[in-house]
Amino acid sequence: MSAPFDLTDDSVVVVIGTGAGGGVLANELAQKGVSVVALEAGGRYLPEDYINDEWESFGQLAWADPRTTSGDWRVSKDFSGLPAWIVKAVGGTTTHWAGASLRFQDHEWKAHSTYGDVEGANLLDWPIDPREMDDYYTRAENKLGVTRTGGRAGLPGNNNFKVFEKGARELGYKAVHTGRMAINSADYDERPACQQTGFCFQGCKWGAKWSTAYTDIPRGEATGNLEVRERCHVLRIEHNEAGKVTGVIYADADGNQQEQKMRVACVAGNSIESPRLLLNSASPMFPDGLANSSGQVGRNYMRHVTGSVYAVFDQPVRMWRGTTMAGIIQDEAVHDPSRGFVGGYELETLALGLPFMAAFLDPGAWGRELTTALDHYENMAGMWIVGEDMPQETNRITLNTDVTDQHGLPVANVHFDDHPNDVAMRDHAYSQGKAVYEAVGATRVFPTPPYPSTHNLGTNRMSSNPRDGVVNTYGQSHDLGNLFISDGSQFTTGAAENPTLTIVALAIRQAEYIAAELGRQNL
Amino acid sequence: MSLSKQGMTRRQLLSQSALFGAGFVIGAGFVAGKASASNWALEVEHLNPGTMATLIQMARDIYPHDQVGDQHYATAVKGYDTAEAAEGVEAGVAALNDAARGVGYARYIDIGWERDRADLLRGFEDTAFFQQVRGGLVTGLYNQKAVWPIFGYEGESFSEGGYIDRGFDDIHWL
Ligand SMILES: Cc1cc2nc3c(=O)[nH]c(=O)nc-3n(C[C@H](O)[C@H](O)[C@H](O)COP(=O)(O)OP(=O)(O)OC[C@H]3O[C@@H](n4cnc5c(N)ncnc54)[C@H](O)[C@@H]3O)c2cc1C
Ligand code: SF4
Repeated sequence: MSAPFDLTDDSVVVVIGTGAGGGVLANELAQKGVSVVALEAGGRYLPEDYINDEWESFGQLAWADPRTTSGDWRVSKDFSGLPAWIVKAVGGTTTHWAGASLRFQDHEWKAHSTYGDVEGANLLDWPIDPREMDDYYTRAENKLGVTRTGGRAGLPGNNNFKVFEKGARELGYKAVHTGRMAINSADYDERPACQQTGFCFQGCKWGAKWSTAYTDIPRGEATGNLEVRERCHVLRIEHNEAGKVTGVIYADADGNQQEQKMRVACVAGNSIESPRLLLNSASPMFPDGLANSSGQVGRNYMRHVTGSVYAVFDQPVRMWRGTTMAGIIQDEAVHDPSRGFVGGYELETLALGLPFMAAFLDPGAWGRELTTALDHYENMAGMWIVGEDMPQETNRITLNTDVTDQHGLPVANVHFDDHPNDVAMRDHAYSQGKAVYEAVGATRVFPTPPYPSTHNLGTNRMSSNPRDGVVNTYGQSHDLGNLFISDGSQFTTGAAENPTLTIVALAIRQAEYIAAELGRQNL
Repeated sequence: MSLSKQGMTRRQLLSQSALFGAGFVIGAGFVAGKASASNWALEVEHLNPGTMATLIQMARDIYPHDQVGDQHYATAVKGYDTAEAAEGVEAGVAALNDAARGVGYARYIDIGWERDRADLLRGFEDTAFFQQVRGGLVTGLYNQKAVWPIFGYEGESFSEGGYIDRGFDDIHWL
């Protein structure tokens, strides 16, 4: 039973966005008896609704509201209106995600101390002790049913993995396996085991892959403490003279503006929309946007050092069969500056269907160089690079007042330039990826440029000193005590690992803090 | 793709047609494959049939796949046969033909080698017309379910229970 709360009920916690951060936070709070209204811009789709067709699914789930781009990244040229490939739906981008669920390495919580000053990078240590995260990580892994943790078996390797694994072993890599995945290898938590259908990026029709859409959200609703209002797009956050947030203005499913009163607001709209919302909420008291006394709202946008390596062999691979991200090489994830860059990267298998391969292998290219590659689509294997990128103050989300969305609000402009460390890391990863495939007889290898961002981080970052960031160790605004950031935008640095397990662990931790502070009447 | 214009069969249509370039026949309001084995024809309402045939050739020159028949390229560009698009496409193809005359051919379609057509197209790369056609092909061609099997791509597998028992790990040559 979902609990209808009154618009004037100022005792509720409002959660904005229901993805990895917001969806988990809303459920965790509801389980503790806290009243929650979750506002989600997208509609509700469940496994039976997901479409196993790349473009059709994109049309169903992707965030397609206008955005603009600038900077030297190739996405800005090839996909100028689509800086990120993320979701607008109940469940957020956990519908699309591949499920790779890795803990940060200890030193990655302390990037500035470990790497030192890197010119042009705005590095900072997280205000969190890695040991404190151990327990939250374990709880997150159990929630998601992560394979190769908590006694859960690994997934079986598909063809794409077997090619990757063989090449990795030939090169002498040791930490090679089918990954720690939020995909069931056996029935777990009322969800079935993976049926190796492929299309993990389009929503898992079996529910074998964890998504808040069909786990945390319905469970939170079942407590009677959580009301999810779908197709409700938050436009601004209101505050009072005392510097507390008091309500949110949103456009409901019929386009009518409503105001929901509240006691606490938690922003979890992903790293592009969250800072945009704070900036669009500027007021005479906060002319630079809410929670922005540091000037860091929207800055330090990170997207991981990504890129892909695809290779063609003289025999079939059929990489699209089975889990999209079917295995990992972790040997390069260490911090080893002798490679010519700080931080590390993971290599993870990846498969695209023919329609997306044509669009993303070499965007904008045409002619035989591209088409002879696609001719051998059946003989292709693929991997994705995910490495730590440098936070830069000038990589940022700003409001583009020349372009407005369907609600008449300025859209987000996403500016990104690669840092020299990012370029050095990507080049290293390209050559290692190429070597992996050549070791198993690849006849042609493609160093494929980064796609529109799937990992979006850092634009409301955590800091111990309010001058350096937007929120404290619990994701609480340094400026407005009852405003929280609950998604990947609170990341101080990005680490080499896919971010979602950490987003979930931080949401579990934040829920404990908020519930305790509510109990102490501090919020 | 078939044509049902005024109830005429392909054979009847072809009796009123002319060869156009190496691979096409055109007649009043249609383009068709030339080879007797080809079974496609495309009705055009707003574009000149010769313009549509040139567009089909251009589509192939942008994304050449020798194993993919013209009917799939025709399907990919048939959406340009609208009142709104026609003017721009006619102008774009006219410019291609002008450029072809500049290098000694009567029309774009008359240039014999793909390499020479591609060279000519490269000069148009930054035009809105070229980018519109190329961009449209990315989905227009590769998102046609009918071409997927030609590349070995199998599409969705949920309806067949996934690949768990159907070869997700059947690689044999490693
Ligand atoms: C194809 C793909 C594969 C991925 N694979 C992996 C992986 O293997 N491992 C991994 O760790 N991560 C992966 N990710 C990344 C992962 O999905 C994200 O890191 C994670 O979902 C981000 O969580 P979030 O809470 O920050 O935002 P999201 O999950 O994106 O949720 C944000 C939600 O907020 C809503 N929203 C935004 N603005 C508003 C507003 N103003 N009002 C109301 N609602 C709003 C959005 O509609 C959305 O539902 C992948 C992503 C993609 C796209
Ligand atoms: S491969 Fe497995 S996890 Fe991925 S969509 Fe299919 S069943 Fe779900």
